[in-house]
Amino acid sequence: MANPTPRVRVPAQAKAGELIEIKTLISHEMESGQRRDSKGEIIPRKIINKFTATFNGKLVFEADWNPAISANPYQSFFYKAKESGEFVFAWKDDDGSTYEAKNKLTVG
Amino acid sequence: MATAFAAPSRRDLLQTGSIAALAAILAPSMALADVKAVEAEIKKLYGDKTLQSGKIKLDVPQIAENGLVVPITVEVESPMTDADYVKTVHVFADGNPLPNVLTYRFTPECGKANASARMRLAQTQNIVCVAEMSNGSLYSVKSEIKVTIGGCGG
Repeated sequence: MANPTPRVRVPAQAKAGELIEIKTLISHEMESGQRRDSKGEIIPRKIINKFTATFNGKLVFEADWNPAISANPYQSFFYKAKESGEFVFAWKDDDGSTYEAKNKLTVG
Repeated sequence: MATAFAAPSRRDLLQTGSIAALAAILAPSMALADVKAVEAEIKKLYGDKTLQSGKIKLDVPQIAENGLVVPITVEVESPMTDADYVKTVHVFADGNPLPNVLTYRFTPECGKANASARMRLAQTQNIVCVAEMSNGSLYSVKSEIKVTIGGCGG
């Protein structure tokens, strides 16, 4: 499949102490390594195995994914807004590549 | 998403890529994980420590029409302060080829231990969720999901 495209929804602004929900989605076929092709051979596994979210360099949330995660994986979680800054979201592929998205958050 | 591949011949009547894909996931020759595999995974992580009930709210459908995309939301009760927060959440499935589904690591920064994703389920089965708190205590909950499409031929 073409390059995985991350999509992230983060509110642009929040009040200090406010809980915000972050929703992420990335296009990826998440080949499970369980399927067989027409010759009966196993199609090799190729999934995104890790998702991390950091804010101003500090880890907020991390997820390990296994082949049981659906194609085009969706992940949502919460963050308690404290200060303005930038989120960095990273998806790590089995093949070693990393896909990244960045979002700014203004707290005030 | 429709990648070029053929389903096993007995499933040739199935037309759409997604159903064919599920049929392939469900190929009967495949060994599926079972309750024991899930127990073994939990034991590998936490040994013989006691799993308490409560605290975890596992939000999954009772009936999933499409086993390829089953929504799951986990919420664990916790103040999420530096002194008391939810450290790790593991989700297992006892009827999938592999017992592990996902692992979440929360931090106090999250403010709330709540996360949603979508998973693949090969058949009707139990989802087991184990949460580890920052003080080391463990909680678990189990929920059955009935999967209609691709229920392994019936």
